[in-house]
Amino acid sequence: MTDSALTGHAFDAHPHSDARAHDDHQMSFFARWFMSTNHKDIGTLYLIFAITAGIIGGAISGLMRAELAEPGIQYLGYWASFLPGGEQGLDHSLHLWNVLITAHGLIMVFFMVMPAMIGGFGNWFVPIMIGAPDMAFPRMNNISFWLLIPSFTLLLASPFFGGAGNGWTLYAPLSTYGEPGPSTDMAILSLHLAGASSILGAINFITTIFNMRAPGMTLHKMPLFVWSVLVTAFLLLLALPVLAAAITMLLTDRNFGTTFFDPAGGGDPILYQHLFWFFGHPEVYIMILPGFGIVSQVISTFSKKPVFGYLGMAYAMVAIGVVGFVVWAHHMFTTGLSVNTKMYFTAATMVIAVPTGIKIFSWIATMWGGSLSFKTPMLWAIGFIFMFTVGGVTGVVLANGGIDDYMQDSYYVVAHFHYVLSLGAVFSLFCGFYYWFPKMSGKMYNETLGQIHYYVFFLGVNVLFFPMHFLGLQNMQRRVPDYTDALAHWNWVATLGYKIMAASMLVFFVNVIWSLAKGKPAGDSPWGEGATTLEWTLSSPPPYHQFETLPRID
Amino acid sequence: MAGAKNHDYHILPPSIWPFAGSMAALVMAAGGIMWMHSSAGGGLVFYAGLAGVLAVMYGWWRQVIVEAHAGDHTPVVQLHLRYGMILFIASEVMFFVGWFWAFFDFSLFPAHIAYDSVAKTVSVVTDTAGTWPPKGLEVINAFRFPLLNTLILLTSGTTITWAHHALIHGDRDGLKKGLWCTIVLGLIFSCIQAYEYADAPFPFKGLNYGASFFMATGFHGFHVMIGTVFLIVCQIRVYRGDFTPKQHFGFEAAAWYWHFVDVVWLFLFVSIYVWGGWGAPVHAG
Repeated sequence: MTDSALTGHAFDAHPHSDARAHDDHQMSFFARWFMSTNHKDIGTLYLIFAITAGIIGGAISGLMRAELAEPGIQYLGYWASFLPGGEQGLDHSLHLWNVLITAHGLIMVFFMVMPAMIGGFGNWFVPIMIGAPDMAFPRMNNISFWLLIPSFTLLLASPFFGGAGNGWTLYAPLSTYGEPGPSTDMAILSLHLAGASSILGAINFITTIFNMRAPGMTLHKMPLFVWSVLVTAFLLLLALPVLAAAITMLLTDRNFGTTFFDPAGGGDPILYQHLFWFFGHPEVYIMILPGFGIVSQVISTFSKKPVFGYLGMAYAMVAIGVVGFVVWAHHMFTTGLSVNTKMYFTAATMVIAVPTGIKIFSWIATMWGGSLSFKTPMLWAIGFIFMFTVGGVTGVVLANGGIDDYMQDSYYVVAHFHYVLSLGAVFSLFCGFYYWFPKMSGKMYNETLGQIHYYVFFLGVNVLFFPMHFLGLQNMQRRVPDYTDALAHWNWVATLGYKIMAASMLVFFVNVIWSLAKGKPAGDSPWGEGATTLEWTLSSPPPYHQFETLPRID
Repeated sequence: MAGAKNHDYHILPPSIWPFAGSMAALVMAAGGIMWMHSSAGGGLVFYAGLAGVLAVMYGWWRQVIVEAHAGDHTPVVQLHLRYGMILFIASEVMFFVGWFWAFFDFSLFPAHIAYDSVAKTVSVVTDTAGTWPPKGLEVINAFRFPLLNTLILLTSGTTITWAHHALIHGDRDGLKKGLWCTIVLGLIFSCIQAYEYADAPFPFKGLNYGASFFMATGFHGFHVMIGTVFLIVCQIRVYRGDFTPKQHFGFEAAAWYWHFVDVVWLFLFVSIYVWGGWGAPVHAG
């Protein structure tokens, strides 16, 4: 059993032999990019959107690191004066800090990682990898993308109406009677729209994967990236509606007088946390599972071997998805849960380390004895395995309810989730970007610049996030812009790490622009015989409509 | 022939609906926020956005029907639509899980509050254990209108099945009658709910009982209305002769949706009305 058992079959690989392939040339700019029903064009829109959101979210974290570089409040008051109603009091500065951390979290989760992984790479490559001409619902695919535009607009506009400073979790009561202005309502409705977008996308991916696999492409022959998107889509479908209910309760508590989260009317603020994390924990797997899929494809390609333990890899993701629904209260260990409840959630959380371990060891076993080539995508994949494991083991530490009583809301937690996201999910995104850039654009990226980007970024994010473990153990609290002088050293180091990381991003953008303009033609399959999935049988870029005759998988 | 597609999937031309719908959603959301914050013209902006959303729904789904008649809905495309509808209903089920979660949180771990049904005020009580429903609150009699509504919805579940079987057997007359019965039963259900809301002995504001009751049953009622509109659209299509015994997915989707709102009601009836009001004083309405 391999993860991609394609043997040679002739089907349309060359766009210009095909009259329909010229569809993209006959279309006006507006029709092609605003009215699209083409999974590759919509995938491109998603990627452009995610990169834009990533620049904004990354710039916000730059503001945060600048403020945190030294003890005391440096810049917040000055920045606050640019926003409407900016009296320069301390309260105003501290509120701006809350707005920044909220915006950074929401942007990176909902407008960078999710659109890039599922909307971008999922749209581009799921149909191709299963041998399908497009998604099951091409028009609905486009509204999944376009709903993100009003959603992001509402979120970006909110700072100009006071600013939503609730944290990305929007905990009550700060999000109910704590912030009466319109900004929090804008953030809530932004999440409603993003949620609707993701639910429609999830329906589309599940239907596509179940119904549009090419003849012979059984579930157990699907590439692992497709498996990862399938599991992710189920998590989206079942988790997001619960968030929708929770934030609708926020909306009615704020505006219509209900008391879901107000004890004065018998409500329960902890109810909000339960509902939120019942969504929020599957959400963290939503952000990492497609990354697992990308890394599996890349490790296999650059080891010139099928993935070790294909079925174990696929069902490990299913197991992570299922168990991910019953561990949510480990985010709430300090809310006064009973000891028995804490013991259950500690144990259940630790169970997730088992399927995750299966994946880590199977990636290493895939490389073992392989014919390795350390091209840029492979570097990101290996970096992913290394750094995600660091984030995974600090996760096991935090999974312990007793220890978490001490760690809760400290920078140790910030370090943990940035190791799994900023060094996990983001590494896998760059991994996928370099891996598929030649396929999507038809041009090769510059290998030297790609490797410089990788090494400098690796150095930068580790200098940025590793000291946060120390800061957390010394009780530096997250979501606070000031700290005691004793913490100054490692905060200064972390800010230095941010600068290194930012410098590497300049290399990345130079590489992308240079490669799009002057890159060498990529050819159909630039990665050679190790790349066995169907996208490498097509031209680069693929024809506007691929697989007019369906491929047959033996 | 070069460029011919040799598969049964539906490759669509570009469409304005997704973009138009998203922009209308932005107008609606912005208007809603303005309205909630009593900003001038907020209601107007909201309704403009809502009109846009409804127009897009009409145009988009009308186009789907046109495509169905053009033969674009091959067997595999019909299968897509089935999967899509089932998955959509699954996500709706999870939406109701959220509202039931709130209800069971409040009812299984009752807060120490009391409700004065004469003065209509909520007070915190510390001398006794919390009770559900809150002390002093009168509940709606589950075995009066709610039981009647249960019977109405269950009956409508049988009449939609009658219509479906009539459709499969080519009995257009039976199809129309069954569907009319279902629509009328749905409308009666909504009217009874409206009457009961007006007569409810507890408030929507300020009290967890009212919040969980009205939001859970209210979202259900909203879904009943959507389902009724869906059935009315189906009835219009029946009169136009859209459905054949072999191909009538629009009807089936409406029937599935109707069964879904029926099942949600059964859970609401058993949990909120019967179990949740057990032992509490009953409102004499």
